[in-house]
Amino acid sequence: MTGLRAENLTLAYDRRIVVEGLTLALPAGRVTAILGPNGCGKSTLLKALARLIRPQAGRVTLDGEDIHALPTRAVARRLGLLPQAPIAPEGITVGDLVARGRAPWRGLLAGWSAADEAARAAALAATGLTDLAARPVADLSGGQRQRVWIALALAQQTEHLLLDEPTTWLDLPHQIEVLALLRRLNREQGRSIVTVLHDLSLAARFADHLVLMAAGRVLAEGTPEEVLTPGALEDAFGLRALVIADPVTGTPLVVPA
Amino acid sequence: MTGLHARTALTLAALAAALAGAALLALMVGTRPLAPAQAWAALVQPDAADPAHVVLRQLRLPRLAAGLVAGAALGMAGVLMQAVTRNPLAEPGLLGVNAGASFAVVLGAFLFGVNDSAALSALAFPGAALAAAAVFVLGGAGRGGAGPVRLTLAGAALTALLMSLVGALVLVRTEALEVWRFWVVGSLADAGSRPLAMMAMVALAGGLLALALGAALDALALGEEAARSLGARTGWVRAGTLAAVTALCGAAVSLAGPVAFLGLMAPHLARALVGPGVRPMLLAAGLIGPLVLLLADVAGRVALPPGEVRVGVMTALLGGPVFILVARRMRLGAPA
Repeated sequence: MTGLRAENLTLAYDRRIVVEGLTLALPAGRVTAILGPNGCGKSTLLKALARLIRPQAGRVTLDGEDIHALPTRAVARRLGLLPQAPIAPEGITVGDLVARGRAPWRGLLAGWSAADEAARAAALAATGLTDLAARPVADLSGGQRQRVWIALALAQQTEHLLLDEPTTWLDLPHQIEVLALLRRLNREQGRSIVTVLHDLSLAARFADHLVLMAAGRVLAEGTPEEVLTPGALEDAFGLRALVIADPVTGTPLVVPA
Repeated sequence: MTGLHARTALTLAALAAALAGAALLALMVGTRPLAPAQAWAALVQPDAADPAHVVLRQLRLPRLAAGLVAGAALGMAGVLMQAVTRNPLAEPGLLGVNAGASFAVVLGAFLFGVNDSAALSALAFPGAALAAAAVFVLGGAGRGGAGPVRLTLAGAALTALLMSLVGALVLVRTEALEVWRFWVVGSLADAGSRPLAMMAMVALAGGLLALALGAALDALALGEEAARSLGARTGWVRAGTLAAVTALCGAAVSLAGPVAFLGLMAPHLARALVGPGVRPMLLAAGLIGPLVLLLADVAGRVALPPGEVRVGVMTALLGGPVFILVARRMRLGAPA
């Protein structure tokens, strides 16, 4: 059982059940996008996969082991999460913020090691931020700032990378830039990527595997062509739409009717 | 963050040098001024027959030591409070520590007529520690469910409650008011009678715990979810931080009374000088705190001769305008 799996997962905030009896295997080494209407439980599912919330029933396994049975730090070395609204400390530079991704690898009072520096340099290079390392994060554009957070997650050097709506607030070119970066990281570094997304057509373009959720359940999963059908869109979103082939990539393109 | 930047190391060295200068001033200045050579002689070759040496060793040296410990403790505690609540206005008093100490002192004066400095100091520490523990429990931080807001609100509520009780007690008994109104301003003048060595050890333990938590607090600064996905056990980090704050503030309030403003000012000056990394900030604020406190104490000794102005008054009086100036300049001069 390799990779990240949810087995019969039930998630709730206090008594309100958000996800019920969900079973899902996220393909290792692929880019997976989780889609669904607002409030369908996709962010909650992502948090459970990242060990941030404890399931009411069922379990999440990482390479076959219950993720809650593993120590926090051990999980943090294998699985990274970019939350929806992380906070950049006032006055911090790009380089210093990315360095914080090394936290799970550093000892209590240990200094900054050569391995730490190599991981940071690689993360900055992969996200095209090497020249901006000394700049305050507050000075960057929204797209650059999102790249900084991705670089932080890269410096964490985890095989699994989870992202909660990484393209929200970004304009279209920056959305494409972030998604292209994620796919490149997947192709070049073999990291498994799971991201919650809103834009269906962009998800179809950049993800290998789609998971469509509605009302706390998985409605459909598979390749973009398998998942994004007019019937599934009607069921999940109540949306009447045509699905045509994207003239650029040939992937499904959703056109609301 | 990435070890100490060279600039940070230089800044810390400069602060340490300035603090050494302030310490020397604190030994020399007072109603009986001493020349540097005299002060040095009194330190290395004390002569019990020389009244100047006696003044230095029995009055100014304990006072200096209390100022160093209390100032460093307040500076570091302020950094911890701002880091754990993610609130730039957080200061050590917010955790209810000062109100707890006030209440204990007033209760002692009210019930048992306590009025000597040593006994007040002994009451202040448990009062502070109990209040902090109560805030921690009320804020629910032990279960890892307490966000910074709950903690801040619990501190504010307990402070209001304890201060209203203090108000009630001092209204009923004038003697208690007399004791409290001098104590509450904060002073280093009675340092010789206070449990200096013990409180220094308590503050040292708190300081070391703070430094050990530095990396986890750096992660916590990015938000709860980011911190946990970076492997920080946020419930434990919060608990440890509050234990460190309690030790540091308890020691400070026991040695100097509730000195206002220093715990708010020192972290901001530290951040302006060394950036937002918690560990460098702790080191810088641990130097800035005693630097400001000692300078305020020295200024208070010469401000209104032949009397003295208490250090709690001078800290806010001198520190306030300086702080505003620095904050304005930092904003304007921040690199684009």
